[in-house]
Amino acid sequence: MTDVGYVIAGWSIGGVVLGGYTLRLARRLRRAERAAAETEPER
Amino acid sequence: MSDGNDQTTVRDELLAPVVRKVVGVTAAISLVALALFGLWGAPPDAVQGDAQRVMYLHVPSAWLAYLAFFVTAASSALFLWKRTRAEVWDRLAGASAELGVMFTALALVLGSIWGRPVWGFWWAWDARLVSTALLFFLFLGYCALRRVPAADPVGAAKRNAIAALIAFVDVPIVHFSVEWWRTLHQKATVFSPELNPQIHGVMALTLWIGTIAFTLLYVYLLDRRYRLAVLEEGHAERELEHAIAERVGAGRSVVA
Amino acid sequence: MSEHPERTANIWREAALVAGKDLRIEARARVAVGQILPFGLIVILLFAFALDPDRGVLARVAPGLFWVAVLLAMLLAVGRAFAIETHHGARDGLRMTGLDGGAIFLGKAAAIAVQLALLEIVLGMGVIVLYGVDVHGIGVVLLTAAAATIGLAATGTLYGVLAAGLRMRETLLPLLLLPVIAPVMLGATRAFEDGLDGVPGDAWPWVGMLGVFAVIYTTIGVMAFGALWEEAA
Repeated sequence: MTDVGYVIAGWSIGGVVLGGYTLRLARRLRRAERAAAETEPER
Repeated sequence: MSDGNDQTTVRDELLAPVVRKVVGVTAAISLVALALFGLWGAPPDAVQGDAQRVMYLHVPSAWLAYLAFFVTAASSALFLWKRTRAEVWDRLAGASAELGVMFTALALVLGSIWGRPVWGFWWAWDARLVSTALLFFLFLGYCALRRVPAADPVGAAKRNAIAALIAFVDVPIVHFSVEWWRTLHQKATVFSPELNPQIHGVMALTLWIGTIAFTLLYVYLLDRRYRLAVLEEGHAERELEHAIAERVGAGRSVVA
Repeated sequence: MSEHPERTANIWREAALVAGKDLRIEARARVAVGQILPFGLIVILLFAFALDPDRGVLARVAPGLFWVAVLLAMLLAVGRAFAIETHHGARDGLRMTGLDGGAIFLGKAAAIAVQLALLEIVLGMGVIVLYGVDVHGIGVVLLTAAAATIGLAATGTLYGVLAAGLRMRETLLPLLLLPVIAPVMLGATRAFEDGLDGVPGDAWPWVGMLGVFAVIYTTIGVMAFGALWEEAA
């Protein structure tokens, strides 16, 4: 693999990990906000 | 410790929504700038060629790994000190640790990917890589400890805080001893390009952009992860209250 | 707390009491001698299966293999040190004595250190015999072992109490403990390399580092053990 291949691999991994984590966090947050809104009014 | 009821004493979010949005947008912009500079704007290195470009991600990741650990340790200390004890520190420590695991793992993987074209192997027993590997396991252990369900939340938080500080004390010891170990061995091994050579100009600028971008991203994610912890723990408490209330209600109707 | 000399003297006496208790339990149950020690010897033996015993490889890597065997045995010893507290309400009994947390720490750590020391003597002889190792600097070797053992016992006791009440302690303890004692592994192995087949004089800086590690973690242990002991359900 040429150097460029390693650069692409490295940056892709970086993007996937950081982007993936950010998106997963956003999704978990949305679910948690919804769950909180549902149980909160019942008090 | 206060629960979700008492909104005034529980910190719901780390940053004000306005601040968070600004941080998020700035982070996104600087990450784009990093990509532009790192992949195109900066010239290839004289010795390492284009492989140098992986460094623009690796170095900021490593920096964030140490910053995240520091935040976890500092928050733990603030939690343990009675005068500043508050739930926010415990949650902050946990959030920062989770981010720390991610950045440390990233630093290791990127370091390895950089190493392959530059050194010829996927791993070298370089002081920095070894120290980062140990940091990764210290983080991992702490996160595993946090995940153990505990009957007494305050006691568990205290225990976690102590664990974080004990591990943090180890970091400089690890750093020093590994550094010394590898410099002793430098005579025996073939000289290899350092992970942190002297760099100037656009390359240095790109590293700075990377550091700023990653730090902003970390702050943003820290706020969001903290918020998630508040919601999830609050939710768990409410579900428990709910279940108890139902049981009590059912019992009462049977008795009545 | 340490303004009164008799208070400080008390800590050492209390520690001796706890250490004596732990060692007496061991003398009766013989777990360290009957199970942990054989375990260490088996590990030393198995290393010879993994490596080539005929080409001098074993002698060269003997220091590392020795300390790896000690580390693995230490995990068992630490687990055992806190397992004995779970039987017959021993933990509550110990709490009711009102002994100072720091004293309990020193006592338990001392008992672990003694067991480790005995283990190291036997494993050391095993390594010399089985791997064909020469000992050039016995003083260096002994001092290294002493400093490393204290560091291991202190850190082990600290993490042992931290994990003591938890459901997942058997798997959590190694994960928590081993990264932290990596410097001990590093320093002790390097010092042994110099002390056994190399230049013993080179080892002193490593011995110094081991000593610093031991002091730091003993101090942390004395300070934090009490609080952790309370939390251990």
